[in-house]
Amino acid sequence: MAIEPNSMTTAVLAPSKPPIDWSNSIKESAIAALVMLLIAIPIFAIKTDQAMNNVLSLETRWGLVATLCGLVFASRLFAHVVLWNRAPGAKPVQLIPDSVTAALGKISPVFGPLALGFAIIFPFVVYIEQGNGALKWVNNYGIQILIYVMLGWGLNIVVGLAGLLDLGYVAFYAIGAYTYALLSTSEPIQLWMAAHIGEGFWQAWAFWFCLPVAGVLAAFWGIILGFPVLRLRGDYLAIVTLAFGEIIYLVALNWVDFTGGGAGITSIPRVTFFGIPFTPGDDGFAARFGIDPSPVLRSIFLYFLILGLCLLTAFVTVRLRRLPVGRAWEALREDEIACRSLGINTTNTKLTAFAIGAMFGGFAGAFFSVRQGFVSPDSFKFLESATILAIVVLGGMGSLVGVVLASIAIVGGTELLRELDFLKQVFGDDFDPTQYRMLLVGLAMVLMMLWKPRGLISTREPSVFLKERKAVSGSLVKEGHG
Amino acid sequence: MRWLNDPVLTVEHLTMRFGGLTAVNDLSFQAGRGDITALIGPNGAGKTTVFNCITGFYKPTEGMLTLRQKSGPQFLLERMPDFQINWKAKVARTFQNIRLFQGMTLLENLMVAQHNGLMIASGFTFGGLVGLPSFRAKEKAALATAKDWLERVGLIDRADEPAGGLAYGEQRRLEIARAMCTGPELLCLDEPAAGLNPKESAELNALLRGIRKELGTSILLIEHDMSVVMEISDHVVVLDYGTKISDGTATEVKTDPRVVAAYLGVPDEEVEAVEMEVAR
Repeated sequence: MAIEPNSMTTAVLAPSKPPIDWSNSIKESAIAALVMLLIAIPIFAIKTDQAMNNVLSLETRWGLVATLCGLVFASRLFAHVVLWNRAPGAKPVQLIPDSVTAALGKISPVFGPLALGFAIIFPFVVYIEQGNGALKWVNNYGIQILIYVMLGWGLNIVVGLAGLLDLGYVAFYAIGAYTYALLSTSEPIQLWMAAHIGEGFWQAWAFWFCLPVAGVLAAFWGIILGFPVLRLRGDYLAIVTLAFGEIIYLVALNWVDFTGGGAGITSIPRVTFFGIPFTPGDDGFAARFGIDPSPVLRSIFLYFLILGLCLLTAFVTVRLRRLPVGRAWEALREDEIACRSLGINTTNTKLTAFAIGAMFGGFAGAFFSVRQGFVSPDSFKFLESATILAIVVLGGMGSLVGVVLASIAIVGGTELLRELDFLKQVFGDDFDPTQYRMLLVGLAMVLMMLWKPRGLISTREPSVFLKERKAVSGSLVKEGHG
Repeated sequence: MRWLNDPVLTVEHLTMRFGGLTAVNDLSFQAGRGDITALIGPNGAGKTTVFNCITGFYKPTEGMLTLRQKSGPQFLLERMPDFQINWKAKVARTFQNIRLFQGMTLLENLMVAQHNGLMIASGFTFGGLVGLPSFRAKEKAALATAKDWLERVGLIDRADEPAGGLAYGEQRRLEIARAMCTGPELLCLDEPAAGLNPKESAELNALLRGIRKELGTSILLIEHDMSVVMEISDHVVVLDYGTKISDGTATEVKTDPRVVAAYLGVPDEEVEAVEMEVAR
């Protein structure tokens, strides 16, 4: 006899939605609105203002409070009636459907080459299209996003692969930036170089010498920090790395003789095309290569420089993952005790992860200071560490493609907010969308934690395989605990 | 009495205290080379503590642990850091609550176990980055070893699946394979048969016998499943409250009244007799 399992199970397992419990939904929503009211009264209800005659005046904004409470009530009611009111056994409503994330996982093998191709032609396309107007696109979008991609990939080695929570990654970025800034502006070095090699040599070549030095010094500091703290695990490690980040910031701020303090270091030599400066003069880049001089040329070169550094980071990460050391990092994230029982020196393994992650942070820092031509401690606050960590977590720990997507979303999204001028027509002229940046990032994080707690790309690619490379589901992969 | 003539592991006066609690008290025993030695005892007898001392996870309060390798060198395990006990002294272990790298594939698990050899072959990563041929060859050999062990434990078809997706019994077998991939002289198994059904237990017995017969690896195991203990072990050491109460072949231990008393308790009259003795 033919049995139709599908029709049978649907008949049994698909009861209609339960009737909406209106009184309970309204009660719950009212409670939520009340909580909002309690929060809103001290924050939003009264605004202090300065009148023309310098008298402090109070302005009440009960309308705003009422709007907020109404919004909370409405959205809570919506959640009760639509999102949470489902038949028993039915799948929860998903903001990002599984098919989208599955597609994201599928495109990841072709995503790399496609993204790289796009990244290579992007500056030329905007330069031909917009001429000098391309500066904004290359500089604000391209370079800015790529810096965070590089930082994200560097931190990904520490957090995503080795599972060590590092809240002070920006310290290594700062060390790299200050290394280049201090060495390139140092008078003794300049004089020595002028005396022994030639006038202007250091000005032209400083960056190319300081880039590796910055990486090595950052790695060195990574090891210095690592030795005492890598015995700590989990929260304790996170706190110490957080403190390290703050220490570097405070040293940069307070050691005025050495770092220039809060005023920072100015007139850092700009980047050169391997000795040829990007100046409009006769010996400049444009004249030598017979191109029309344009300020965009330097930005395009900087863009390709950071793209190259990113590719170096990606290449090294991909190679290291397939080497014993990379596999040991991931094993360490999965289970440290098992690692020790297999003869792996966990201290050294953690130190290499810390040092290599720090080295890439140092490279990115040197790039940052050659791009800005100015460094000050303000660029290396905790918020930077948090942003980089958010990129790694949002992208999916251990996933290179995920970090790229998250950087585009967070950094590119912030820049995009500046473009939303039409919102001024809606909200009035003094509405500045960029002020809502952190609010939106926070909202994105909350939504991510609700619907994709493992990040955009949560699957893990095995480093070695016998027959076929099958992605490992994110639910089996551990986040590490120290 | 091979364990007296040619011991692979000699435990002398091992004592482990945690604050006021003495988990292991003046324990001495020997494990013979090529033997399957079982460490048994009621719950809380201190068996796992002994294991943790041998494999370096605890530093013993007192006592000496000597490992003699077949080729001659001796190691004092209580003086070595834990990772060196595996790498230098060649002692491998499994865990009571399985500790696999769950998010990594079976093959990767076995590759991680061969980390140290591969690390040296890769010139501490620098040679591996540029793809030295000697590293490639070593990696190929490591893959062959991993494949061999996956075949032995019957998991070769699932080599590319994550270890966390395996059934309980399969995870136990994989953990043994992973420990064996480190090439140990002494394999310490902490309750390998826990949670296995009778068929899986029989397979485990066959696997352990195979390891001993083909590779000559000495095995030290903690076990509650007496069918496993009595069937495969050459030598049984019984612990109760951190002290050794019996030591001998499986049949000797089975009939030892002190062992029976520790496991099943003693009749009331005997307790009274002892109490009388103590009172006197």
